[in-house]
Amino acid sequence: MAASSASPIRASADEARVVLDDVAIRRALVRIAHEVVERNETWRDLYLVAIPNGGVPLARIIAAQVREITGLELPVGILDTTLYRDDLVASGERPPLRRTEMPSAVDDRVVVLVDDVVSTGRTIRAAMDALMDFGRPRSVQVVGLVDRGHRELPIKIDFVGKNVPTQREERVKLRGLDGDLEGPLEVVILENDGGRA
Amino acid sequence: MTGRDLLGIEDLERADLERILETAERMQEVGRRDVKKVPTLRGRTLINLFFESSTRTRTSFEIAGKRLSADVVNFTPSSSSLTKAESILDTAMTLDAMDPDAVIVRHKVAGVPKRLADALAAPVINAGDGAHEHPTQALLDCFTVKQEKGRFDGLTVTIIGDITHSRVARSNLYAFTKLGAEVRLAAPPTMLPAGIESLGAKAYTSLREALEGADVVMVLRIQQERLDGCFFPSIREYASTFGIDRAKLRYAKDDVIVMHPGPINRGVEIAHDLADRRPSVILDQVRNGVAVRMAVLYQFAGRSAKREG
Repeated sequence: MAASSASPIRASADEARVVLDDVAIRRALVRIAHEVVERNETWRDLYLVAIPNGGVPLARIIAAQVREITGLELPVGILDTTLYRDDLVASGERPPLRRTEMPSAVDDRVVVLVDDVVSTGRTIRAAMDALMDFGRPRSVQVVGLVDRGHRELPIKIDFVGKNVPTQREERVKLRGLDGDLEGPLEVVILENDGGRA
Repeated sequence: MTGRDLLGIEDLERADLERILETAERMQEVGRRDVKKVPTLRGRTLINLFFESSTRTRTSFEIAGKRLSADVVNFTPSSSSLTKAESILDTAMTLDAMDPDAVIVRHKVAGVPKRLADALAAPVINAGDGAHEHPTQALLDCFTVKQEKGRFDGLTVTIIGDITHSRVARSNLYAFTKLGAEVRLAAPPTMLPAGIESLGAKAYTSLREALEGADVVMVLRIQQERLDGCFFPSIREYASTFGIDRAKLRYAKDDVIVMHPGPINRGVEIAHDLADRRPSVILDQVRNGVAVRMAVLYQFAGRSAKREG
């Protein structure tokens, strides 16, 4: 646990390669919001469900954008997938749980899962299982701000911000999550395990 | 998390306590869903090994395990080979050979969970051992206080009753002190162990002084089954001097809450009309127990340093 206090200095900007800056992220989300509305003629059944932590600010930005386009206030839920993971190892520290807040029922809604970085597809699989425990959505679609490949399950991303080819050892992270919608966001690639940002 | 087993709060760091309480908050959300079950411990087996009777702790662990999709097996001594004089250790080793992912132990003798933890491959969770510790009770008490007060720093927690024989008092003393609260212990002198203040609490034989400005009043059960000596002249005298009622609570803060680990002796340590209504939060404690035990099982079940090492 003591390691977390030592790392921020090491994880300096020069180790991190920025693949999407704040402007690019917001531009991608505007486009995605348009695509989501275009794809789903019955807007009022849409329900954005963010996968924490990265998906939460992204879903809020998409919701704000959808409101500009349609005048409609979409519900935004938060769904932690940790308890549904398939890799809770036999020994060692269990990962911390994050908040789940599902303000509306998912029954008969078109649920749009929002995640920052999609890779193996295992988190999306876990999210779908979690979602089914909350009800029976009419359909499920997926937004991934970054798709870095290396899929291990047959999971398709419906709305991609940017395809970013990566090495398996690299880590791709959305940073700048502390503040509200106003804070600058960026997606970076960290060489191997470049500390926690 | 410190260690593979949960034997007592004494072994845990403040960060461990905070992690468990935070996990419990998330588990509480699971308990509010229509489908109160997550697949986290699917395919894992928990054994409830209760050598001493219990309603709430055993049931609470069982529900917690089932909400995490574990298979929960309840071991009942009266129908077991213990009646054929099998030793506790042999019984536990036999169960351990069936590869459980955690063994939850209650025993009337202090130190039994530790002894089993040394011998078993499965992680051991202490569900109460003699007058030693009852860690999940302390965790759910802390969780309840956190929900009510939102903090620990600067809080005064007054624990009243048979401190000497109480594992609940001991675990709570460790837990609240580590989390930054001030702990006061109040009891007749015969029920206050000498040197208890070295553990970071203040000891009082005057109830009024102990209650002055308290944020939390924790009332312990008078354990008539554990009292073989003469610790106070009569139950009635105890009730009038150390029993908590609304009049005595006036010394505490206006927003004081009253807790009790149960089962309660109405009219002895707590007045009849106090047990069921605010400021009493006794049933909240029971409710929170499930979420806290889910958090404990999440952190400890299936951890097997021995098998891997």
